Amino acid sequence: MTTIVFIQPDGTRREVDAKAGESGMQAAVRAGVDGIVGECGGACMCATCHVQVSEADDARIGPREAIEEEMLESVLDDVSPASRLSCQIKLRPDLEGLVLNVVEVV
Amino acid sequence: MGIGRIAIVGTGHAGVQAAASLRQDGFEGELFLIGEETDLPYHKPPLSKTFLKDDVPQLQLLRPEDFYARNRVELLSGRCVSAIDPAGKRLEFTHGGVLSFDRLVLATGARPRLPAVPGTDLEGVLALRNRADGLALRAALPAAGDVVVVGGGFIGMELASTFAALGRSVAVLEAAPRILGRAVSPLISDHLADRAVASGIRILTGTGLAAIAGEAGRVRRITTGDGQSLPAQLVVIGIGVEPNVELAAAAGLAFSNGIAVDAAFRTSAPDIYAVGDVASYEHWLAGRVLRLESVQNATDQARSAAAHLLGRPAPFRAVPWFWSDQGDARLQMVGLAYDPDRDVVRGDPQSGAFSVFRYRGDRLLSIETVNRPSDHMLGRKLLAAGIAPPIAMVRDAGADLRSLLEGEPKTSARAAVVSS
Repeated sequence: MTTIVFIQPDGTRREVDAKAGESGMQAAVRAGVDGIVGECGGACMCATCHVQVSEADDARIGPREAIEEEMLESVLDDVSPASRLSCQIKLRPDLEGLVLNVVEVV
Repeated sequence: MGIGRIAIVGTGHAGVQAAASLRQDGFEGELFLIGEETDLPYHKPPLSKTFLKDDVPQLQLLRPEDFYARNRVELLSGRCVSAIDPAGKRLEFTHGGVLSFDRLVLATGARPRLPAVPGTDLEGVLALRNRADGLALRAALPAAGDVVVVGGGFIGMELASTFAALGRSVAVLEAAPRILGRAVSPLISDHLADRAVASGIRILTGTGLAAIAGEAGRVRRITTGDGQSLPAQLVVIGIGVEPNVELAAAAGLAFSNGIAVDAAFRTSAPDIYAVGDVASYEHWLAGRVLRLESVQNATDQARSAAAHLLGRPAPFRAVPWFWSDQGDARLQMVGLAYDPDRDVVRGDPQSGAFSVFRYRGDRLLSIETVNRPSDHMLGRKLLAAGIAPPIAMVRDAGADLRSLLEGEPKTSARAAVVSS
């Protein structure tokens, strides 16, 4: 089990215990975290699970795959290095304490 | 006059989105969501992929467990509706009991069609639509070294890829001359067929299923229309679906292929709406009456129907999109390709990542991409904006097609995004 933290745009914190193999999006939807929709079920088709992460957490997660990169570029005006799609973040034990900042829906 | 109670029949993507959108749009009355399955509503696409592959099959819920209580959605699971009385505005349940409504939304979906051949009742002959089907497939797999998939459509090709990845010997039977023939361009068909064959899948086109034979009630082999005999301990049927229109038909609602609805998703009965796989309507983009079977269509229609139902009509202008994961190939499609007369390739099919832009005259109808998600996302915006890139530009790998969207809102692809 991996505990991760979601922070809302208003600063509200929510700790979620992720199950082995879950993605950030799946953990969020299961726990009912506002702002993470996952409409396509994690197929990287909808970008409704956008989060931002710190540089250190970004490094822990590892580089974006091409599909995540292209999806972000397609929907965001400026892809900041902090932007990730949480459906593409597989929660491993070494991601304990990961902080995912929920981005307000544009 | 206020609406006191809305009932939704069907707990798939469309039904659940309708409930969510009604609450989000401010509906304060009673909301009933009725489904035959006993599980909490879940995502269907993973059933043909991760649900079969993972060590422990897990449903991916559409909404968190507490969504229904939090949003005062009365979820009636495991309940079958046996009749609709449009005049009396009430539903009857199979096991007894009635529910009156002020508005009704039918999101009854579709079910797999079975071929009219001998042997479909044998053990080991399955189709895939819901969790129970997925569990039955999982249960059958250990004893199934040879799998025959009947139908080279999306579900058939996805399942074939999954079975091949699980080490099974897989043959796909497709009656048409090519796989995915009704859905994609010949180039994409050929490319995906090549990839499937390279992963060990045998594809037999131009021949259908003639018979399924078994021993002691269990499937053993199949015979094709041209007389070939193939061993099979598991036969999966994927030759398309038929809409669940029986309730609507018995209630006298008009239907043509599916439940007929107008631009506001109203059926021929006052105050009864239909959305998702079961609804047939004149599509704004194609200019013809059709019925789409996809998650995107289900959720976008449900949002639009909820708005109409609450008296906030907005024209339905969603651009259809779809995806299908087959092994390491991700097929994405956007738009509707009726009567294309020109297919233009962007990128190199040999590289495993390319797109096909389909035109009729100078009008862009659809874009099909394999492992090129940025072309897909671009296509959603081009089609929403009614922009057709010049063909020379599509062919020119160095041309930046995004420049065509200057002045268009960058975030249009997320316009339909809502929070749960």
